[in-house]
Amino acid sequence: MSTKQMLLSGFGGQGILFAGKFLAYKGLTDGKQVSWLPSYGPEMRGGTASCSVIISDEAVGSPIISNPDILVAMNLPSLDKFEKSVVSGGIILADSTLIERKVERDDVTVYYIPATRLASENGFPTLANMILMGKLLEVLGGFNAEDVKATLSKVISAKRADMLETNLKALKLGADF
Amino acid sequence: MVVFDKPHSLNEMSMHYCPGCTHGIIHRLVAEVMDELGIEGRTIGVAPVGCSVMAYNYFNCDMIEAAHGRAPAVATGVKRADPENHVVFTYQGDGDLASIGMAETVHAAARNENITVIFVNNAIYGMTGGQMAPTSLPGQVTQTSPYGRDVNHCGYPIKVCEMLSQLDGPEYLERVTVNSVKAVRNAKKAIKKAFQNQLDGKGFSLVEVVSSCPTNWGLTPQQALKWIDEKMIPYYPLGVYKDRSAGEDK
Amino acid sequence: MADKVLMKGNEAIAEAAIIAGCRHYFGYPITPQTEIAAYMAKKMPKIGGAFLQAESEIAAINMVYGVAAAGRRVMTSSSSPGISLKSEGLSYMAGSDLPALVVNVQRGGPGLGGIQPSQSDYFQATRGSGHGDYHMIVLAPASVQEMAELTVKGFELADTYRMTSMILADGTMGQMMEPVSLEFDVKPAPEKPWATVGTKLQRKHNIVNSLSLVPEELEQLNFERYEKYNYIKENEAMYEEYLMDDAEYAIAAFGIASRVAKNAVNEARKQGIKVGMIRPITLWPFPVAPFKKAADKVKAIISVELSMGQMIEDVRLATECKVPVTLCNRVGGMIVSPEQVLEAIKEVAENGGAK
Repeated sequence: MSTKQMLLSGFGGQGILFAGKFLAYKGLTDGKQVSWLPSYGPEMRGGTASCSVIISDEAVGSPIISNPDILVAMNLPSLDKFEKSVVSGGIILADSTLIERKVERDDVTVYYIPATRLASENGFPTLANMILMGKLLEVLGGFNAEDVKATLSKVISAKRADMLETNLKALKLGADF
Repeated sequence: MVVFDKPHSLNEMSMHYCPGCTHGIIHRLVAEVMDELGIEGRTIGVAPVGCSVMAYNYFNCDMIEAAHGRAPAVATGVKRADPENHVVFTYQGDGDLASIGMAETVHAAARNENITVIFVNNAIYGMTGGQMAPTSLPGQVTQTSPYGRDVNHCGYPIKVCEMLSQLDGPEYLERVTVNSVKAVRNAKKAIKKAFQNQLDGKGFSLVEVVSSCPTNWGLTPQQALKWIDEKMIPYYPLGVYKDRSAGEDK
Repeated sequence: MADKVLMKGNEAIAEAAIIAGCRHYFGYPITPQTEIAAYMAKKMPKIGGAFLQAESEIAAINMVYGVAAAGRRVMTSSSSPGISLKSEGLSYMAGSDLPALVVNVQRGGPGLGGIQPSQSDYFQATRGSGHGDYHMIVLAPASVQEMAELTVKGFELADTYRMTSMILADGTMGQMMEPVSLEFDVKPAPEKPWATVGTKLQRKHNIVNSLSLVPEELEQLNFERYEKYNYIKENEAMYEEYLMDDAEYAIAAFGIASRVAKNAVNEARKQGIKVGMIRPITLWPFPVAPFKKAADKVKAIISVELSMGQMIEDVRLATECKVPVTLCNRVGGMIVSPEQVLEAIKEVAENGGAK
């Protein structure tokens, strides 16, 4: 049995919840069991927003994650808050444009991706989240553009077809980084 | 030949109201209007808590008993359950409508909820035995203002029609009384209009009926009717406070 | 089966209500359940229904009272402080025998409390929340799928028994997304000859009312209502047993607490401790039977709750205190962790169940 517990965290407005929804739908289209749980309340306005996504071969028990297998940190407060909670042997993806320090632990695999800079340079400044998702999918076992497109079509309404292409570009950019 | 009979919309149950109370007259006016408009079969009345709490027993139309002050909210639900077919009225006293239920009253008016509100203002809590009401007059002696209503201590009466007339929402607000034959005729006209407005889809229509409470005012029925003219009407002037379709705003 | 979609628990409730034929929703904003109102505000006007943001929780429940009196499927939703405000109306609805669905997406209390998940309205829900002798049917979903299913079931039970059904969820269940299938066989609402919809001059008037001034009559009404409640107790209790066949210890937990506890049960099993779980799905009627059975074979029961210990009283009543029942809890918006539950399991296992 395989269960992946993933914690995404950043500022409100960085698209943390959307990225989590994308991941959850990816799990769903892959035929897995999934859960998605956001943090909610006033802290969402400008503070740290986080989102717990679990993808599993079996029914998901608790949707709450105490010790993530994977942490995606999109800002420094998120890394500070959650670095210690990641399981030994886990994975941390960090947006190195916004997080200047290095991960202190040596028992986890770390990927530094300057997602915010890449997003700005490529003309889609709000899609740093999806660049990180692209990298995450690649790390988790390969990035398949067709699969990903199918998933995107579930989270982006048909009326926003242009958004789908841009998101796909951002995902590819991350996967290839 | 029958020259005077009960309206069909009132049933045979004998009312529990005190001698000289004007609830009986007002019930009858509502029932006559239902008869004349031919709406008894599709009318749902909402009774309050207060002296007219058992109004549900007297009308032949379907009736709902609401919690204290909540009649306009309940009426909102019944009306919206079937806006095309349901004709809905609330029948409320001053404590119910202007004290505990003020929020429901104001918001139903603000929404121009398409209902008819019959507001019986006798300036006292009758059912509980004569306590001060939100409409008790300055200086009025009641069980809970035994030295007379002291406005410095417990504030001023609420003039419902005047207050609601400040809102853009309501369609029609009129204050009437029933202490003379002429006044009763006029009251009926207002009540009929308040129902007709609903049938025409015009919206929130409230008729405030300045009434008497001989028992708790400590007066005979005749004295009570006189007291309406002498004390109540000067503080609560009769008339139309809003009639949007007629372009009237007092 | 149609494709599953990812939905928030709150949205699943709203969509399921629409599928169940509910066309009237009244509410007042409060975190963490506002998605239900937002969903209804968007959908109702498009399907000929009515959404209305009421001036207060009190007005909202009384609008529900009005629609219920008119015989239509109707609902409101709120979170803990708002349910306290609705409690007056809930008592009147019970006294008038009106069916409706009420959702409580609980948050920490008392008072204004917090906005994070809690289960501390268990007493309020299962003991009736307003005054007088009455019950509501209380349903406790533990997944988004159940949020939807129990919403449909809640409407059906409400109509069958002329009672209020309450969905007792919490902030986590309301906010989380899980795949959900929205295909239901909805039982159509039964005939409601008692409804106030106008006499059409064809029958005696109907009266929807909770006032009864003759004590002998009011007593009789209470007796009759409790006969109905007894029937419901015997026929409608729902629960899930997990690994209880050979269990030496049992967890009692509902809703989100049961999700967390399940992780702990699995981990304890790996460590050789024979522990199972009884998950009440109806909190009223409380599923007495599985606890009675468990009382004769397990050595101890742990009640896992997000309260200071409320359901534990029903567990003790159901087991007639034959086995020790201990509490494992967090409150105020904090949530028990699987590790905490595992520790509690180990502790009772080491003591062989003795306190």
